[in-house]
Amino acid sequence: MPNNKKMYDKGKVVAGLCIFVVLITFPFWFNLGKAAPVPEPKLSDKAKAAKECVMPKAYMKAEHMQILNEWRDTVVRDAKRIYTNPSGKKFNMSLSNTCLDCHVEKAEFCDKCHNYASVTPYCWDCHIDPKEAK
Amino acid sequence: MKSSRRRFLKIAGISALGIGAKPVLDVMASSSETAAPKTTRGENALRAKRWGMVIDTRKLQSEEDLEPMIEICDKIHNVPKFENKNHEIKWLWEEEFKHVFPMQEPDFLNDRLKHMSFLTLCNHCEKAPCVRVCPTKATFKREDGIVLMDFHRCIGCRFCMAACPYGSRSFNFRDPRPFIKETNPDFPTRTKGVVEKCNFCAERLAVGEIPACVEVSNGALTFGDLDDPESEVTRVLRNNYTIRRKPALGTGPSVFYIV
Repeated sequence: MPNNKKMYDKGKVVAGLCIFVVLITFPFWFNLGKAAPVPEPKLSDKAKAAKECVMPKAYMKAEHMQILNEWRDTVVRDAKRIYTNPSGKKFNMSLSNTCLDCHVEKAEFCDKCHNYASVTPYCWDCHIDPKEAK
Repeated sequence: MKSSRRRFLKIAGISALGIGAKPVLDVMASSSETAAPKTTRGENALRAKRWGMVIDTRKLQSEEDLEPMIEICDKIHNVPKFENKNHEIKWLWEEEFKHVFPMQEPDFLNDRLKHMSFLTLCNHCEKAPCVRVCPTKATFKREDGIVLMDFHRCIGCRFCMAACPYGSRSFNFRDPRPFIKETNPDFPTRTKGVVEKCNFCAERLAVGEIPACVEVSNGALTFGDLDDPESEVTRVLRNNYTIRRKPALGTGPSVFYIV
């Protein structure tokens, strides 16, 4: 009976497999323990003084994009520009003039997280960062 | 004996229902108690059924008379200035009689009109063709008659530019930002790939101000509600003979000219 359990070029195949496995897992072990820390957006002094945003912090953290979407639709479509939050405080619905009025540092506030999460909202293609405009 | 068991079960059933209903009622009561955020118009916002404008060309004899209006419009709306005519962005601009009123030219046109510059802008038509052709509803008609654009939704297909018989729409072939002399931070710029046009100063109406061009026109432009018989525009329209651009097309412009 012929021995058909023989592996041809055993040395080369095993070595090749080892190199393959090392290469394919390279990104994992190369970056091991080097995960970028979750950035903490820096609040400007004005935002700190205001204590509360349009909605509570947790809500803003998770849902600010939904609020901005709602704002843009109601302002453009329904011509309603005043937002009254549950505690009765009124805001002018404007990204450049209300949000950025408090969160003065766009780079330290918006961009920090957006860069980390690798999202590129196109707000700033048109809306102006008042600081940059100066 | 039989009837008393029956009664017991009835009472037990009803009380079980009562106990079960309470949490449901509680939830419903609490949900109506917490105030949801509200969106409203500003207190000073100007309202109308159908905004309209009358341009008294007798008071706008020369290009110098038109300059301040065009200038203020371009400035507050961040309208860029391009050297290349093909890239031009127009909100409020000047045009000669034969281009403003083609087919309405008399054989012997009065000399004054022949060489005069007319102020032209979006006509905010009653039956706006641009609204009809827009595939994304980026251009829409507001309930106060203003034909407005939602730049967020414009995909730059330029159907509206083909549909508009007045050339009131311009396309951003390039990024407009480097070509804006002085950026007004209160108003957004546009981006490459969207169409834009006059918005009848919707952002100013929302805070109780009339359009900027009307404000600096020294009475040459009148703005108001065409549906209100008491308004200044309807009074001017009643007392003067006015013409509109390309009336045969049936678009129903809301901009009228006293010539």
